[in-house]
Amino acid sequence: MRSDLPLAGNRSSSLVTVLVGVMVFLAVLAAAGGLALNNVLDRWTHDVAGNLTAQIPPVPGLGEDARAATDARVARALEVLDAYPGVAAARALTEDELVTLIEPWIGSGEVLNDLPMPRLIDITMRPDALPGLDPGAMAQVLRTAVPGATLDEHRLWLSRLLDLGEAVGWLGVTVVLVVGLATAVAVVHATLAGLSTHRPVIEVLHMIGAQDDYIARQFAAHALRQGLKGGAGGFMLALPALAGLGLLAGRVKGGLVPTVGLSVLDWIVLTLLPFAAAGLVMLTARLTVLRTLARMP
Amino acid sequence: MMREMGENWGNRPPDSEAVVQFDQVGLRYDLGPEIFRDIGFSLPGGSFHFLTGSSGAGKSSLLGLCYLALRPTRGAVTLFGRDVTRAPRAALPRLRRRMGVVFQDFRLINHLSAMDNVALPLRVAGVSETDIRHHVPELLAWVGLADHLDARPPTLSGGQKQRVAIARAVINRPDLLLADEPTGNVDDRIAMRLLHLFEELNKMGTTVLIATHNEQLVRRFPYPRLHLDQGGLTLHPVGSEPWNGGGTARRSTDRPYP
Repeated sequence: MRSDLPLAGNRSSSLVTVLVGVMVFLAVLAAAGGLALNNVLDRWTHDVAGNLTAQIPPVPGLGEDARAATDARVARALEVLDAYPGVAAARALTEDELVTLIEPWIGSGEVLNDLPMPRLIDITMRPDALPGLDPGAMAQVLRTAVPGATLDEHRLWLSRLLDLGEAVGWLGVTVVLVVGLATAVAVVHATLAGLSTHRPVIEVLHMIGAQDDYIARQFAAHALRQGLKGGAGGFMLALPALAGLGLLAGRVKGGLVPTVGLSVLDWIVLTLLPFAAAGLVMLTARLTVLRTLARMP
Repeated sequence: MMREMGENWGNRPPDSEAVVQFDQVGLRYDLGPEIFRDIGFSLPGGSFHFLTGSSGAGKSSLLGLCYLALRPTRGAVTLFGRDVTRAPRAALPRLRRRMGVVFQDFRLINHLSAMDNVALPLRVAGVSETDIRHHVPELLAWVGLADHLDARPPTLSGGQKQRVAIARAVINRPDLLLADEPTGNVDDRIAMRLLHLFEELNKMGTTVLIATHNEQLVRRFPYPRLHLDQGGLTLHPVGSEPWNGGGTARRSTDRPYP
């Protein structure tokens, strides 16, 4: 769009470009972090929420008798659990699986033969049974059948983890809002400076019959250009940062941390951020001009 | 160009109706003394008037009241049959698009070419670029600036700037033309040419009011004259002596206006 006002020469306009760049950089990082965290939490919730783990203490001793007695305890526990309302499946972990689980801490070898290992039973609940589930009562039933057996409920620590994740997410949103606010203030300032610098030209435009909207459009178009320039720059800078973080996250493999990643939808959201920032800048400039001109004689 | 100006005059008021009317207008800046006291006059549609007075008499202020840069402290200003004394801001652009104003200090936009400066009133009014590229060079050629279409005002002489300013004022075929010392920076030949341009516009119906110091000009063109002196206004009909100090304004042939 052609312009009657030499807005591009304004020094405070480069400040706006830089600020939008910083804002988009931070916003993209915060949003990417938030979205990735959300994906992780989703997967955890999905994997873990319907599950409980029962722990059966071993019968002391290392001989075949002790082992057979422990197996009997597990079988009894499975019986009770299978009969418990709402349980979809209850499955004892095989010895191999147990070895895999503790390998990182104890090392491989004939550990099960040398150590009295507690046995684990993986319990999957039917989703419809979850809301009314009372883990305390279930643990009581289990303890009655197998003295010393305990029931781990994952949902408690998961809910704490979710709280933490949510708080981190809100922190990111707050950072973006604060930077957005600072940018808006800078845009208002730069626009007012531009209005006062070009006041003689604006007066001429008014005298020849220009409506406020005609002038506001020129300021808005200029602000949009700055916003897009800054937004593109900030986005470009955020990409290598994201790639670096992705690389680091990719190296953390293993049981506890699921793969961190962004979906196509996430990427679309991230790509829209620079445009949203440019839109914010344009709208702020336009409103500032209209409000200021309305006070002119 | 000039032929086309005769078309599309549209809602021009009938000649009998006043294009500009002042009723008991008073003006003061802030708490200063009154610049005008009870000024009253009317410019009928299609009329041609000079506005004279010593410098500082308020010629520019009176024009400012006409093009709505100033609002009267007292009294009423009526433009195109509408009382604009307290017209809302939003109503002003529409009124201003029916006027052409030549400012004493030109008020050209320095970073725009002569062509873009003249095109401004058309762009503001939403005229298509095709029409703009057609009409603007034509008018600039007519005022002798065919070779300066792309020149920026700082590179033009005073007289050239003035002609750009005049071209900008008349490009949208105004119903009312207000000019503040439009011949102040040009030689006699160009001054006559510009006056003829104003006359031609006037013949096609534009109401013209020209503030000037140029005594010769007023003598050579037979038009009535509004004279400002000490906050008051008098009308000097065609043929009365040009002003020469305060004396002539009180001759018996002069009458206060209206």
